[in-house]
Amino acid sequence: MPTASPANQQLSFRSTGDEPAGKASFESWGRYPVYRANIIPLHWRTDYPGIIQNLHSGILPVGLGRSYGDVCLLKDGNLIATPAMNRMIAFDPETGLLTAEAGISLAQILDFAVPRGFFLPVTPGTKYVTLGGAIANDIHGKNHHIAGTFGRHVTEFELVRSDGTVLRCSPNENREFYAMTIGGLGLTGLIRWATLRLKPIVSRAIDYEGIQFHGIDEFLALTEASKDIEYTVSWVDCTSTGKNFCRGIFMQGDHSPKRAPLEPSPEPKLVFPFDAPGFALNHLSVAAFNTLFFHKQIKKRVVTLQDYEPFFYPLDKVLHWNRMYGKSGLLQFQYAIPWDNAREGTIAILKEVAKSGLASFLAVLKAFGDVPSPGVMSFPKPGITLALDFPIKPDKSFPLFERLADMTLEFGGRLYPAKDAAMTAVQFQAFYPQWEQLARFRDPMITSSFWERVTGEQS
Amino acid sequence: MNQMATTSAAPNHSGASRKILVLGATSGIAEATCRIWASQGASLFLVARNPDKLAAVAADLRARGAALVDTAVADLDDTEQHAALLSHAVNSLQGLDVAYLAHGVLGDQSRAEQDFNTAAHILHTNLMAPVSLVTWLANYFVQRRNGVIAVLSSVAGDRGRKSNYVYGSSKAGLSAFLAGLRNRIDREGVTVLTIKPGPTKTAMTAGMKGSEKFADVNAVAKSIVKAIDSRQDNLYVPFQWQPIMFIIRHIPERVFKKLNL
Repeated sequence: MPTASPANQQLSFRSTGDEPAGKASFESWGRYPVYRANIIPLHWRTDYPGIIQNLHSGILPVGLGRSYGDVCLLKDGNLIATPAMNRMIAFDPETGLLTAEAGISLAQILDFAVPRGFFLPVTPGTKYVTLGGAIANDIHGKNHHIAGTFGRHVTEFELVRSDGTVLRCSPNENREFYAMTIGGLGLTGLIRWATLRLKPIVSRAIDYEGIQFHGIDEFLALTEASKDIEYTVSWVDCTSTGKNFCRGIFMQGDHSPKRAPLEPSPEPKLVFPFDAPGFALNHLSVAAFNTLFFHKQIKKRVVTLQDYEPFFYPLDKVLHWNRMYGKSGLLQFQYAIPWDNAREGTIAILKEVAKSGLASFLAVLKAFGDVPSPGVMSFPKPGITLALDFPIKPDKSFPLFERLADMTLEFGGRLYPAKDAAMTAVQFQAFYPQWEQLARFRDPMITSSFWERVTGEQS
Repeated sequence: MNQMATTSAAPNHSGASRKILVLGATSGIAEATCRIWASQGASLFLVARNPDKLAAVAADLRARGAALVDTAVADLDDTEQHAALLSHAVNSLQGLDVAYLAHGVLGDQSRAEQDFNTAAHILHTNLMAPVSLVTWLANYFVQRRNGVIAVLSSVAGDRGRKSNYVYGSSKAGLSAFLAGLRNRIDREGVTVLTIKPGPTKTAMTAGMKGSEKFADVNAVAKSIVKAIDSRQDNLYVPFQWQPIMFIIRHIPERVFKKLNL
């Protein structure tokens, strides 16, 4: 049998055993949890809701499965897989407005847009997510302090309810559905197509600057100084204590204004080839990695021109890098804590993580701006966001996670559902008191394992 | 659906706009192939049975930069209509460089084992209809002493197997017809390309056992475009199927008949 090409391995939903076609166990990018579900590929936008007639259990529209936890899973239900529904509908090179079916990936949008001199208005750290998924999770990127969330750049979309009702949604039309669907975790209906406002670029390159910092105050000073730079993000070492506590690299960049050829990106070639054994990531190996990463940049300050691929998507180069965490998977933890408590909260949480000795391989720190999202359930709020991931060690990871989630709540923050597999119903409902509004707009056929976990509601 | 402009300045890789007729344009492999041609700025005439799907594909190809996309809704089983349909396509494109036949059905093998009408339907769609279309196209291209006829056959036609021998025999007949036609018209400057894809991930194979291991449709499409550009005669895609089918064709019958393939 010919081996699959890298292109289709971008799909992270994987059947995890030799089960009959259609029925399989699925895991999301965090590889935890793993649930059995029936997968129904959607190829044509006119096939929905026809293809869900005669189904007896709940459904969930899903994209490429790059969320980390269970927002894109539905135990014993039906996953409506949208990535094959990925056609363009219209593109206006004057305005940069692109209308496309919701299963198109940001990678496919970039392949189309970059050679035409356009770029995504907001991009997360992977380009292997779908347009529909980006709306449903109202994703954010390194330019949140300037551009806000992804949903802000979605001028309209079509929502199809399981009873066949078709709703065209925009800030002027079906406004409530527009506001509930952006960040609505896919629960309000199937997004059939959406219009996204792309932004013009003249080069693939980013004017990049990397600056070492020691401690949260240096980070905050750099944040303040770079307010007008479009992209800012920091990697932070959360294994170090003492004088190296909260050391990191502040990375910032703008699209290069110098005209340069807009070639399409080559296809990724590296595939993480196997599931790493459970002991591969321990405190020592991660501390070593973090030290290397910090000193990879020898100078205090590095200024260079960098292609957008390594700047935005350093990990996309290695397909299935999540296998590095082995079969047991990883637990993500991402909070947003408002400015009032941002400094204090970040220090307390980083201390708690360092004390636990549970290694976090990737820790990303960023200041969110105050550009409001149209989405009622949107995660970002003005302040600091920190994203961590831990290999899953059953006795330790979950108790630590619960402590960190409680601390987040005390500091007035909240966690990101797209990256969550562990918050409790009490925590979720305190983070998002507006959840009851989403419950009212939820399509009665649609639910997710996340939603059932944090609300107790069944489809 | 949308009032926006549906054309865009596309990067054009191949100079003049090529004129391509695609029959069965909503099939997964055809659509993926058309996306490559559209991004090269080709002119396309698309034929398919379902008007909604055809319109969705056409809009996509326009946005991707096709110089022209025209469509016709037709049931290609109706061979009576072929001549009119093909002349209409040629008029609309004002000529023709490549004809790409991608329509076909997998059919229900177990029903076809019990019911001749089911088998006859598979043979009609996959063999009789293409023979009718290709006959017209061959004569058109021979008159102009130039052109490419590219046809999706299948590795399943290389040897009949119990799991899909009705589909396989339709493709075997088609491959043999194309081999003979090539022998006749290659010397007239017309290329006949027989494409034999292995199992490919498309709507046709969705949900089939093992389908996550099937070939990526975009990689298959890329190989097809390349084979047409280089005026190849036969294409196994992915290429591993050439040695695999060589072995399968050469297994002695007394062994083969006992295998579960």
